[in-house]
Amino acid sequence: MRFSIYRYNPDTDAKPRMQDYELAIEAGDMMLLDAMLLLKDQDDTLSFRRSCREGVCGSDAMNINGFNGLACVTPLSSLKQPITLRPLPGLPVIRDLIVDMEQFYHQYRSIKPYLINEEPEPEIERLQSPEERAELDGLYECILCACCSTSCPSFWWNPDKFVGPAGLLQAYRFIADSRDKATRERLDDLEDPYRLFRCHSIMNCVAACPKGLNPTLAIGRIKELLTKRTV
Amino acid sequence: MAVAKRTFDAVIIGGGGAGLRAALQLAKSDLKVALVSKVFPTRSHTVSAQGGIAASLGNVKEDSWHWHMYDTVKGSDYLGDQDAIEFMCRQANEAVIELEHFGMPFDRLPDGKIYQRPFGGMTQNYGGDPAIRTCAVADRTGHAMLHTLYQRNVAAKTHFFEEYFAVDLVTDHHGYTLGVVILNLQTGEPLFIEARATILATGGAGRIFAATTNALINTGDGLGMVLRAGLPLEDMEFWQFHPTGIHGAGVLVTEGVRGEGGYLVNKDGERFMERYAPNAKDLASRDVVSRAMAVEIHEGRGCGPKADHVYLKLDHLGPEVIKSKLPGIRELSLKFAHVDPIEAPIPVVPTVHYMMGGIPTNLHGQVVAPTRTGPEEAIPGLYAIGECACVSVHGANRLGSNSLLDLIVFGRAAGNRVIDHLKENPFPRPVPVDALDPALSRLARWDRKGGGESVSAIREDLRQTMQRHCGVFRAAEVLKEGVAKVKAIAERLPHAALTDHSKTFNTARIEALELENLMGVALATIVSAEARTESRGAHARDDHPQRDDRNWLKHSLYYAEDHRLDYKPVRLKPLTVESFEPKARSY
Repeated sequence: MRFSIYRYNPDTDAKPRMQDYELAIEAGDMMLLDAMLLLKDQDDTLSFRRSCREGVCGSDAMNINGFNGLACVTPLSSLKQPITLRPLPGLPVIRDLIVDMEQFYHQYRSIKPYLINEEPEPEIERLQSPEERAELDGLYECILCACCSTSCPSFWWNPDKFVGPAGLLQAYRFIADSRDKATRERLDDLEDPYRLFRCHSIMNCVAACPKGLNPTLAIGRIKELLTKRTV
Repeated sequence: MAVAKRTFDAVIIGGGGAGLRAALQLAKSDLKVALVSKVFPTRSHTVSAQGGIAASLGNVKEDSWHWHMYDTVKGSDYLGDQDAIEFMCRQANEAVIELEHFGMPFDRLPDGKIYQRPFGGMTQNYGGDPAIRTCAVADRTGHAMLHTLYQRNVAAKTHFFEEYFAVDLVTDHHGYTLGVVILNLQTGEPLFIEARATILATGGAGRIFAATTNALINTGDGLGMVLRAGLPLEDMEFWQFHPTGIHGAGVLVTEGVRGEGGYLVNKDGERFMERYAPNAKDLASRDVVSRAMAVEIHEGRGCGPKADHVYLKLDHLGPEVIKSKLPGIRELSLKFAHVDPIEAPIPVVPTVHYMMGGIPTNLHGQVVAPTRTGPEEAIPGLYAIGECACVSVHGANRLGSNSLLDLIVFGRAAGNRVIDHLKENPFPRPVPVDALDPALSRLARWDRKGGGESVSAIREDLRQTMQRHCGVFRAAEVLKEGVAKVKAIAERLPHAALTDHSKTFNTARIEALELENLMGVALATIVSAEARTESRGAHARDDHPQRDDRNWLKHSLYYAEDHRLDYKPVRLKPLTVESFEPKARSY
């Protein structure tokens, strides 16, 4: 199998380059990450992040043949050769396939991603009906891999001002939670030409999400809530 | 070499469930806390936990912490310390309610309370009908818990050192822990974190085996640090084989599948667990189910062309239950087994999953070791929690959904004890001039240029050897040969070399440091396993098939120096209730 992989080490390289690799393997049931681990055995300088290797930790997001995805749940057999791997677009590259995710995390933290409820805590759980809980499905499962935000042109242009699809999905996860009492403050924070309204519903985020989540839908719900409260 | 220094009140190493919970406890007391993690915290292995967290809330049917305690003691094959088990089971309800208040999105029952499901080995009335005790967020409970705890730490403004690798503990000549040397992955520069309390929360080490459900990052880093500090590891022969890892891929399928009504079948379609555990059947404890599967496969009743796995059948649950309660399993099965469990069974094999042993601690999370005064003296300034610790609540076999509980209960308990310790020790102790030398020479060793064997070749040999010589069933000859082989592999490690010597995000260097930790853990495991001539919980010896309470109702302690073993008694006396005396264990 043939690979073409983005390489850049600031210690030794003046600029990035693409490097070709070959592996004498059959795709079989292997995932892309399995092949990358074999490449790393050959060349220990090849650098990328990885952890759970089952699509739940979000470490190994990268640009695979032009599309953002997780290497560990991308079957090798689904990929056209040479398999071209690049770092996630739009974020500064630290080395090879490793990007600096601070802007992404900063936007996530900016939406106050935690339950806000100042009422006295009951001695048992706060009750929530199965229907209320179902409102959180498709929201809480986000793994913060950044496939969505780094496929979004609005995030590329304004990563410092636009929250981006991952952050907005989480913003709505707390707005939608019947236990959260800060909806008004959350909406105030997002009523801004950049933070929310840079989203133009081109839905790259939906196509990119390896967990099948729909940030565009969540963003639409937030916009609806803002419209409702102005009329 | 001058190394930059930062000073905190406490440092926590590891950003999984236990580390994040401890950090929250300390944040409440206005203390300066550093949390060091080699990955961004939500990439920690807690994220992969699926089925749930045990607590006797009794939301579905009657339950009590006494029953939970009994099940845990029995599940541990009586090797668990009953004081710690009582402590954990008593606090379980409070711990889970607190997670809910933190915002964790538990599934709900029609009355609005937290959803609970049956799990293996959990019963009512001391071994009666199955209990319904495991609190769940679909089959993504670990993900929901880890993200919730990270989110609370964002709110608490915890000081994170993300993508820093812990190299070694810094100690003085009186045995005090003074902090830790860490390595900044992005710059390649070491940093000394000085702290009056150091909490290890570095998780498991399943990567010593070739086939494991564990993440690639589970390399036993805290255990390696403890061994190098001259301290022992406890009960390292006890490794849990989870019955249902996806055949070939090793990816976990939660016991919650069987809790929801799924069951195992052999090639004849027979529900074979009825023969091995007539009462609990597929919800017997994990060691029992894994051994039954191994016997079925060994005796030629396995499935597939090589008859090397069995099937987990759940299609009879119907698409609605599978889609609402087991969506993550369906996704993993489709991706890794190419099977839609709505239509066909999932091929599964027993797969290394959890390390019952670890760094010996008491129920306050203090690391303990035999010293002049007794077998369990606290090492000043050093704590361990979560899977890297052996407190020991799991003994020889952990019950499913007790591990997430362990993280929360002992993360909190260690936080509380650290707060007391810091009040009693208001100032940092002097750091001897040579205290950082061991850590720095450990780093410098990998800068050596010139050829040598690759790290990956040694690592793969180690993992294959452990898999072959320390599996579900063990025997004297195989173990003895295994010990010799692992020692021979360990001797190759000092001659290994890297080709990558760059500073920036050098993952090759990290893998080398991880291999040093794996090596120590593997040696501890196989040496302890060879010595224990009985079968107890997950440690099953063909040549010693019975449990031997007269000689072996005791904890193993392994020291790296000369691979020395020592033993200490099991704490059979609970805090307030009567002891559960060891008796024959059947399900």
